[in-house]
Amino acid sequence: MRRTTGRLLRGLALLSTLALGATACGGSDDDSGQKAVSAGDIQTALKKGGTVNVWAWEPTLKSVAADFEKKYPKVKINLVSERSGDKHYTALSNAISAEKGVPDVAQVEYFALGQYALTKGLTDLAPFGADKLASKYSPGPWNAVSEDKAVYGLPMDAGPMALFYNKKIFDKYKVAVPTTWDEYVEAARKLHKADPKVFIAADAGDAGLTTSLLWQAGARPYKVDGTNVEINFADPAAKKYTDTWQKLIDGKLLAPINGWTDDWYKGLGDGTLATLPSGAWMPANFVTGVPQAKGDWRAAPMPAWTKGDKASTENGGSSLTLPALGKNKELAYAFVKYANAEDGVQTRVKQGAFPATTADLQSTEFQNTKFDYFGGQQANKIFAESAANVADDWSYLPFQQYANSIFNDTVGKAYISGTKLTAGLKAWQDASIKYGKEQGFTVK
Amino acid sequence: MTTLQPPVAAEPRPAPPPARRDRRSWTGWGFIGPFVAVFALVFLAPIAYSIYLSLYRNQLIGGNSFVGLDNYKLALQDDQFWASLGRVSLFLCVQVPIMLGIALLVALALDSGRLYGKSFFRITIFLPYAVPAVVATLMWGFMYGTEYGLVGDINQAFGVTLPDPLSPDLVLASIGNIVTWEFVGYNMLIFYSALRVIPHSLYEAAEIDGAGQFRVITAIKLPAIRGALVIATIFSIIGSFQLFNEPNILRKLARNAITTDYTPNFYTYSLSFNGQQHNYSATVAIIMGLITMVIAYAVQLRGMRKGA
Amino acid sequence: MSTPVTTASPAAPAGTGGPGKSAPRLRGPRRYSVNRPKRSVLLTVMISLLVIYTVVPLIWLAINATKTQSGLADSSGLWFAHDFALWDNIRDTFTYDDGVFTRWLLNTLLYVVLGAGGATLLAVLGGYALAKFDFPGKRGIFAMVIGAVAVPGTALAVPTFLMFSKMGLTDTPWAVIIPSLVSPFGLYLMWVFATEAIPTELLEAARIDGAGEARTFFTVSLPLLAPGIVTVLLFTTVATWNNYFLPLIMLKDSDWYPLTLGLSVWNSQAETIGGQVIYNLVITGSLLTIVPLIAAFLLLQKYWQSGLAAGSVKE
Repeated sequence: MRRTTGRLLRGLALLSTLALGATACGGSDDDSGQKAVSAGDIQTALKKGGTVNVWAWEPTLKSVAADFEKKYPKVKINLVSERSGDKHYTALSNAISAEKGVPDVAQVEYFALGQYALTKGLTDLAPFGADKLASKYSPGPWNAVSEDKAVYGLPMDAGPMALFYNKKIFDKYKVAVPTTWDEYVEAARKLHKADPKVFIAADAGDAGLTTSLLWQAGARPYKVDGTNVEINFADPAAKKYTDTWQKLIDGKLLAPINGWTDDWYKGLGDGTLATLPSGAWMPANFVTGVPQAKGDWRAAPMPAWTKGDKASTENGGSSLTLPALGKNKELAYAFVKYANAEDGVQTRVKQGAFPATTADLQSTEFQNTKFDYFGGQQANKIFAESAANVADDWSYLPFQQYANSIFNDTVGKAYISGTKLTAGLKAWQDASIKYGKEQGFTVK
Repeated sequence: MTTLQPPVAAEPRPAPPPARRDRRSWTGWGFIGPFVAVFALVFLAPIAYSIYLSLYRNQLIGGNSFVGLDNYKLALQDDQFWASLGRVSLFLCVQVPIMLGIALLVALALDSGRLYGKSFFRITIFLPYAVPAVVATLMWGFMYGTEYGLVGDINQAFGVTLPDPLSPDLVLASIGNIVTWEFVGYNMLIFYSALRVIPHSLYEAAEIDGAGQFRVITAIKLPAIRGALVIATIFSIIGSFQLFNEPNILRKLARNAITTDYTPNFYTYSLSFNGQQHNYSATVAIIMGLITMVIAYAVQLRGMRKGA
Repeated sequence: MSTPVTTASPAAPAGTGGPGKSAPRLRGPRRYSVNRPKRSVLLTVMISLLVIYTVVPLIWLAINATKTQSGLADSSGLWFAHDFALWDNIRDTFTYDDGVFTRWLLNTLLYVVLGAGGATLLAVLGGYALAKFDFPGKRGIFAMVIGAVAVPGTALAVPTFLMFSKMGLTDTPWAVIIPSLVSPFGLYLMWVFATEAIPTELLEAARIDGAGEARTFFTVSLPLLAPGIVTVLLFTTVATWNNYFLPLIMLKDSDWYPLTLGLSVWNSQAETIGGQVIYNLVITGSLLTIVPLIAAFLLLQKYWQSGLAAGSVKE
């Protein structure tokens, strides 16, 4: 036995040395001197052809890729349509650490861009001429992809928020559709009183919704300047949100149903949930996920935090980026530009995507589109107005992905126990600060 | 650590003749070599790599640096880690005895020959083992639903309010239920197979001694399958300490009750996949592996010594 | 040996009873005649309760596989909806997204054949070695296996991924197959089984006849191990068929997904902006995923019955 152990240990030591050697050669950044890439260079590359590997889950990209291949027959778009959410970033981060199998184009949500940009995981697109596209996009999405002079991706879609509401329920109980958050709480009480099975909305704690509402209320909990980060959930604007939401929680006015689950879709369909504050991309999910409630729902502008205030906010939305370790940069950029700034946008809008480009948002055809699902309502008018009213000075943490992952560990307590929302947010703040410090940020 | 023998050795039967002791040679490696080679590649090498990783710290800002045993010091004082370990220990002490107890009772019942439709029972109780954890949790998630699930239906039908199985107080028990459902048949089959190889002559001898059913169980059957009991216990301990799939999938329905550090394995997963803290994650995993190993060996030693 | 009844002769194999021993008696009424096992209604009822517990979730799955997406939403889970859409669902499951489900099914089969088959082979060879040979390092092997299994696999996923990536194995079927080749429990089962099923004297006799080790293994030992092999094959098949976490980490290209991963991707479409919600196909797909395994159990049941029971033939 002893002999074996000795041999085993020696074997392990050998393996560790191998591992050490393997990692020691990794990690050499090569971002020195990015040259400008001219339109001519890109055209030459397109004529020469090649393959572009794309990791994205956006369903409309499929036909965009087909169109692109038709236009440039020598280019092959290898679209790996795949999982969204955590698993996507896990795979991307793993590939980047392994320095192997990194895609040429990757879909990255706005909240997660900061982390990849900061760790030099993404290619700066400004040398390709992306910085000149700023005027094409709504301010919110553009702010999310650009930092100083660098541009880390082109906005693919946007999620200006609106309040979706079940008109049938509001009509049945003769409750007015709320235009402020105070009215929203009132409506919640009235509806729940009229029918205890009806809830104003489902919310079991969702990082995306909370940050979006804070954004709308004017709170700026995250201040990011390079590696200097400040996190503070205690400003007066945040209090507007916590006070209101605490009332909803205390009154048990929010259905304890987790978003995006089977039950949630059921609740949207059978009148249990009266409203849904969500991004403008929601209609597509309504159509396939809640077919039985066709005609019941409508869109309205988000309730305001103070009467008459038009400030809106974003929820979700993503960009296409070029990971630094990807290949065929010219072709990759050409595809991203095609999909997000040229003909591809139209193709995607026709299939129900919500664009981030102002020209498309303002076009009469887009604004006059009637949504059968919403009883013929021209909902895009509401969404486009919301997009125009998004404050563009919001920033996420450079480690928002991690912060969001522990949201329910901390703030979630407020939904299931006597913990107050403010205390939950404080716990979230503390945990985020701790992580930031561990990762070498200067955090206040 | 020297008694890792096939547990059947505990059977009331002399050990195989020691005729081959003198033929100690490398021939056996020809047979076990392939297993060991693949094992080294998929288990030992990653573990070695993890040990190496556990000595470093990699920051988003600042990069990689050697930190010696700092990660271990950190882990030993990490409340989140100890809380998660406490949770799976509780799970281990409650769920494993229940599951193995039921499995043993069913196996004894099947083996007793006193059941109608024996083979039907055997196959049906084993069926859940064939269901992937993803699907099992999906199904049970439905059962647990207080709005649209079975619990909700019962509440409505009988006008009662059952406690929410996904509330923080009950969710561990609900996970235990899923695991029990998945593995009771599997363990039953292990026990049952072990019972079936008991020589009949033993029962006949017992009859001559005038032993009843109960006495046959305690004096013959249980000692004879001690090896199977020990190995099932060890694998269940490992399974409990590594609890991950069920809470991970169920979390979609109970985000607030199931935290990202709910079990040690979940914690290492979150550290690694949400936080990119691969080094610290590796440290926690190694500590967890050591703890599991010690307990598994303790059970093994205790279980075997009694039998021999 | 605490039992006062140890009368079995050391030479008598406790395992499969040796070749040629007649098996037909094993299910005969004579078994247990000593204890006069009267069938017990009470016991049967008690075990039946357990069976209900076992099958209710499966029934839920079967019932809900008959519903459309809107039927799922507006009917109770434990009863049928107004429309019976099982056949439509099955057809849609196989045709959705250019029939990718079929591809996943074939991938799963590939992983099972190579992964579970290989794991069984390695376990049989290894278990045989542990049972019947004395070789340097033997005592350490199982200790090492248990020790390694005790380390949480989720934390090893990233190191394994990085290693496999360096070797160029990620995003290929090998990344799923190679780790599946190790079945510690299979090794253990074969060790126990081989110890019992193969009389050492038989091996000695074969060697005296001048047969090499490989020949002895294939002609003498393998047939005796057959019932154990079926059992191990069954366990490794289930493990490979239901493998989820490993493919999740290793595979990017959905063309190589096994069924479990594919289903979870379908399930998460509902969580995707603009994604199509297809719970009905997730449920039908889940049902279709477990049906082949259950069928295999039922079909192989006869085999086990003789396999498991063969061990009990004793005089």
